[in-house]
Amino acid sequence: MNNSLVSITDYNKEDILSILDAARGFEKKPDRDTLKGKVVATLFYEPSTRTRLSFETAVVRLGGSVIGFSDSGTSSSTKGETLNDTIRMVSCYADAIVIRHPLDGAARYAAEISPIPVVNAGDGSNQHPSQTLLDLYSIRKTQGTLENLKICIVGDLKYGRTVHSLIEAMSYFKPEFKFVSPDELKIPEEYKIFCRKHNIPFTETAELNGSFNDADILYMTRVQKERFQDLMEYERVKNVYTLHNAMIKNTKPNLRILHPLPRVNEISMDVDKNKKAYYFQQAQNGLYVRQAILSKVLKTGDV
Amino acid sequence: MEKELKVAALKNGTVIDHIPTEKVFKIVSILRLKVYGQLLTIGNNLDSKRMGRKGIIKISNRILSDEETSKIALVAPNASINIIRDYKVVEKRALLLGDEIHDVMHCANPMCITNHQPIPTKFVVINEDGIVRLKCKYCTKEVLQDEINLKKK
Repeated sequence: MNNSLVSITDYNKEDILSILDAARGFEKKPDRDTLKGKVVATLFYEPSTRTRLSFETAVVRLGGSVIGFSDSGTSSSTKGETLNDTIRMVSCYADAIVIRHPLDGAARYAAEISPIPVVNAGDGSNQHPSQTLLDLYSIRKTQGTLENLKICIVGDLKYGRTVHSLIEAMSYFKPEFKFVSPDELKIPEEYKIFCRKHNIPFTETAELNGSFNDADILYMTRVQKERFQDLMEYERVKNVYTLHNAMIKNTKPNLRILHPLPRVNEISMDVDKNKKAYYFQQAQNGLYVRQAILSKVLKTGDV
Repeated sequence: MEKELKVAALKNGTVIDHIPTEKVFKIVSILRLKVYGQLLTIGNNLDSKRMGRKGIIKISNRILSDEETSKIALVAPNASINIIRDYKVVEKRALLLGDEIHDVMHCANPMCITNHQPIPTKFVVINEDGIVRLKCKYCTKEVLQDEINLKKK
């Protein structure tokens, strides 16, 4: 094991809580020099400006340096270099690798062959553990706890990797789920099996209106065009749900609305001013959580 | 009497019995029996008490490797494999898949990294209530029984 973080299931409850505790410390004091002299390589085989800048800022604010590329069009993979060779080459220069790749499983493979820790910043429709940890951080920060919460998850529950990881990570904290999706994008059977096995109550519905009136967290997701192999299917479902400010009127006072961003049409702009909208602060929390992740994989002693 | 005429006894080698009739030639191809130069008996649509009709393959002077056994376990999990020495069954090989299978089949997910780069596949075998599920170690998607596509090596 090289201390990599590929999937949220690589971390147990204790690991997760220690990341969240450390992230709280970074929120109070984000500028440190604990990664001084360390080089982190960010290998982005598909563009993701938000995630890349968040990781790179996390490194720089801890005193480390960044190398890498943000688009495979400008990297050696256009010359046909295999992932294997790139990882081996980069691990000669850097102390840790942050990788984003359009293919499922690329990060697990990279972690397997790399002598230095690998952090998965999204592999296709598969895993995106730093997003999950920042979701948990946001949930705990707004609710004061992760235990016994009612969580309503809306949108693409079939391809949405953040949804699948959130279910797995929350399973330690006795949640109750409501899954809201069109028929075409229902939660896959294996996650229902997972919930039953962990005694997690859940219900499924296609109706958004009113479905989150008793919820503590409303987790909205985007229908991601790039995950569809059938574009006709995408066209049918892309605008199926839009959250408007009026729909939030009868919700609990502690309800917070989360979204992994970017959003398209699923949250109307009139929601942004509502104090229950939390998605922009959620994105900011990503920085502290990624500082905690990098500190853990590079063993700075802060986590 | 009639039974003996249909399938001759084997002195040394491997008998694969209770093969579903539609899987016989799949196994012939997995074991590359088309180019096998020694005594070989392939029977199909034989009467079977257990399964109505069945197939059987007898290969003289060849003991199947573990990899071949796991490939057969993937396509015909209820077949039986007996190793014969001097007309006697010396080993009844269980068609167990083990905890992990390495590089014998493709991942069914077209977006899996193993289908795009020269990477040996790995699947975790999950056996729950007698139902076997195969989960790709890389992309974490599960491969269904009718999606199994063995590697040709």
